[in-house]
Amino acid sequence: MALAEEASTPFVGLSNVSISEEIPVEGNITVPAGPSTRDDAFSTLDEPVKETILRDLRAVGNKFFHVLYPKRSSALLRDWDLWGPLLLCVTLALLLQGGAADSDDQGGPQFAEVFVIIWFGSIVITLNSKLLGGTISFFQSLCVLGYCIMPLTMALVVCRIVLLSGSGMVSFAVRLAVVTASFGWSTFASTAFLADSQLSNRKALAIYPVFLFYFVIGWMILTFSPRN
Amino acid sequence: MASKNDPFQFQEFDEAGDLLEANRDAVTISIENEDLKSQRPRSTVGFAQDAADEEPLISDDREELLSGQKKSAPFWTFEYYQRFFDIETHHVKERILGSLAPWPGKNFIQAYLRKNPDLYGPFWICTTLVFAIAISGNIANFLQHYGNPGHKYTPDFRKVSIAATAIFSYAWFVPLGLWGLLLWRNNKILNLVSYSFMEIVCVYGYSLSVYIPAVVLWILPYEWLRWVTIAVALCLSGSVLVMTFWPALRDDHPKVIIATVSGIVLLNALLAVGCKMYFFSKPEPGKEPGLMVNSSPTVKAIKVTSP
Repeated sequence: MALAEEASTPFVGLSNVSISEEIPVEGNITVPAGPSTRDDAFSTLDEPVKETILRDLRAVGNKFFHVLYPKRSSALLRDWDLWGPLLLCVTLALLLQGGAADSDDQGGPQFAEVFVIIWFGSIVITLNSKLLGGTISFFQSLCVLGYCIMPLTMALVVCRIVLLSGSGMVSFAVRLAVVTASFGWSTFASTAFLADSQLSNRKALAIYPVFLFYFVIGWMILTFSPRN
Repeated sequence: MASKNDPFQFQEFDEAGDLLEANRDAVTISIENEDLKSQRPRSTVGFAQDAADEEPLISDDREELLSGQKKSAPFWTFEYYQRFFDIETHHVKERILGSLAPWPGKNFIQAYLRKNPDLYGPFWICTTLVFAIAISGNIANFLQHYGNPGHKYTPDFRKVSIAATAIFSYAWFVPLGLWGLLLWRNNKILNLVSYSFMEIVCVYGYSLSVYIPAVVLWILPYEWLRWVTIAVALCLSGSVLVMTFWPALRDDHPKVIIATVSGIVLLNALLAVGCKMYFFSKPEPGKEPGLMVNSSPTVKAIKVTSP
């Protein structure tokens, strides 16, 4: 009978429970507020478009800064993006247009040729580095190689300005010096980022294709001759 | 095998078994082990048998390791190709030096490859050669027309694609043909030496490395220098190839040997001379580039005077 009574009215049994004084019960009960606020933090749907664009631009600019002052850091590797390489590739290809050979059917690199050389070359170098057992991921490597083209792009801008003043021996010497310096800078910057991902007995094998890649791009910049 | 070879171990096992049966709480065998180890150097027979006994254990491990290494992944996976990049910097250096300086009697495949052909060397040597030819061709073109104000230098980028096609097809299709030929002859005549396709590709790739300095030397616009470098490069790379394939062809019919060897050398020569002819135009006969600056005013003078 008592059991039936207890069953019919729930929690009746609990009223009989008493907590003795000897066992202190204390503590905090906090409801974790994570999930709801995390959703709010990651929901970028409501922010103004300007904010979205500026965030990406700031990330790209930050990486440009890291290429300009290369020291062994993981900034480029941690949050990679391919906006910077795309921007640099398009700038390079556009600036290499307008050459003397452009009007003929042969000669200077077409826009598509520059694109193909840069992207196909980066992919081949990345594949090579991964086949040699590198620990870097595919897109991280593309990101680093693309961003490190920046010194060469700046060299191209300088070359075009120098070429405005004439294309004689002096301007050639100046252009040669600028392109050589920026080629060295690019190679040094990319090795600063990529060196840690290879075993020490294969580092030279992984670095040589990068050297060849920037050498070819430097060559394309150096031999650019404008229309008269 | 243990029971047959080593009396000591057999004894140990027996005693341990006896001890365990007699007294379950007994701690066993440390004394026996010491005796075993001290007895090993004493008797040479025992030592040899110990070594022979250790062999099966070690060779089991080694076999496991080796079988793990030789396990071949299917060719559409990434791991299959990773096998061909299992190489270190000093290996590549040794192989390139070995192809630049062939030693009579030293077979490239046996001396340097040692069953570890790689694709890194052939691929990057071919790529470097392609760009070296394109860049040197452009520089040579530029230097040839240097003093000439009428000629506007334009960088020729078609050279890259044409050079790439020529060199990569040489480095892939000729080894394919040679491998097929060796396979065919192998069916007819039992040869002791047989090369895998990757090894042949590897030899061909490394043999092209001697052309890279040759191509750089071709920038200087002197015909005699170009022909001399072609001859030297042809000798070096041809001898590497011939010495490598000689053991595989030695036992064959003389006509086949002559045909194959001359085919190898001829194709090599064709590539070299073809590259030179196509990418490096001959300077005008009798005129060195330095003279062209002086000759152009006279040409102009002649043009003015003639009606």
